Amino acid sequence: MNAEAQKLKVHLAEMLKGGVILDVTNAEQARLAEDAGAAAVMALERVPSDIRREGGVARMAAIERIEEVRKTVSIPVMAKCRIGHFVEARVLEALAVDFVDESEVLTPADDQHHIDKHAFRVPFVCGARDLGEALRRIGEGAAMLRTKGEAGSGNIVEAVRHLRQIGRELRELAAAPADERMARAKALGAPYDLVVQVAESGRLPVPNFAAGGIATPADAALCMALGAESVFVGSGIFKSDDPAARARAIVRATTHWQDAAEVLAASRGLGAAMPGLAIETLTASERLANRGW
Amino acid sequence: MKIGVLAVQGGFAAHARMLAGLGADPILVRRPADLGDVAGLVLPGGESTAMLTGLARDGLEAPVRAWTRSRRPVFGTCAGAILLACGVAHPAQRSFTALDLDVERNAYGTQLDSFTAVVDPGGAFPGLHAIFIRAPRIVRVGDGVEVLARVAGEAVLVRSGAAWAATFHPELGDDARVHRAWLREIS
Repeated sequence: MNAEAQKLKVHLAEMLKGGVILDVTNAEQARLAEDAGAAAVMALERVPSDIRREGGVARMAAIERIEEVRKTVSIPVMAKCRIGHFVEARVLEALAVDFVDESEVLTPADDQHHIDKHAFRVPFVCGARDLGEALRRIGEGAAMLRTKGEAGSGNIVEAVRHLRQIGRELRELAAAPADERMARAKALGAPYDLVVQVAESGRLPVPNFAAGGIATPADAALCMALGAESVFVGSGIFKSDDPAARARAIVRATTHWQDAAEVLAASRGLGAAMPGLAIETLTASERLANRGW
Repeated sequence: MKIGVLAVQGGFAAHARMLAGLGADPILVRRPADLGDVAGLVLPGGESTAMLTGLARDGLEAPVRAWTRSRRPVFGTCAGAILLACGVAHPAQRSFTALDLDVERNAYGTQLDSFTAVVDPGGAFPGLHAIFIRAPRIVRVGDGVEVLARVAGEAVLVRSGAAWAATFHPELGDDARVHRAWLREIS
């Protein structure tokens, strides 16, 4: 792997910090996102809650859909490919999107292997529920991580679980004696060199953002308070009563997450949030976070 | 010395780390009151559209614009340089007209066209590795503006008094020479 190339990929992720990345499905939504102050958009065919409701196989978005979004905005444009579908990823790279999300929201193409992301010039973001999963994805070349949360649920509990889990495991690893690192690498199922790097620095070598279930300004601020460096919002905007107001409010709460008066002000007058799902009502196969490993 | 770092969105944490490493006291600026007693202001990289939206929303645009136009010390990198310029193209957007420059946004292309380059010999920072991330390009340098570094002949780091602008990211990586020079200039 070329260390210089990997650094460039991580640097773009650094520039998205403190911002919001919004899912959009057409030019009109993309314009709304940029006007609301989004730092990037994710161009996709259907938002996660629609994918969940309609079922069937969810794939990379139609090319025209991504091009339509890109023509509309000047902020970075991301797009999703299926887990393990390295040809969809190559197509997105040839299209010159700014970031590829190898996403569990789409139907996995490979149930054993994620994409070798070092083989690409385009940076990747991947989902992770815990430190082992995070380090496996970084080992494969991911330049940014996000919690998996439970996409399209409008329920923040899974994103919180993943942020807490990764934070706890980072602290434990940093506190562990050096001669326990190999055993910890084994238990985490993570590359030893990355385990050593994280143990010594006390933090992940790439930014970690929150995703999956963010529906309110307070949800976004909660994720930031738990250590997320930025947030992805999918169904939470365009499945709510007033998408423009909610998008602006979530962007505001993400910048001012430490200031309750600002989060309060951002929370006023938004109308109804998206309807939510109780996680325990979902069967194992309906839980998108269980996709990938 | 207290140095404000605009923290609406973007790469503010890397600037704050580098400033702290050089002995300055970085203050994250999210509200007008945060500008209170800072001796200099850094406008970081990130998305200039997102920053302008946040600045206007939070009542920060007028005070930050006034600050940058008052000849007080300011340092804009990447998106921050776009905010300081006079003319902004591709697409056009408003700016603070604090430095006599015209810039073109995302002038090199998408993230796939991001790159690292060693600055041309003969500048103020020999051998500096400049990191360009979806970078803007300076397409016009005004008369009173001094070029401190070039890449392939084009200005990438400029100054006019204590107002500095870079189209690359001197806050990323380990080489703190540019920040050190700016701090020395303003102290």
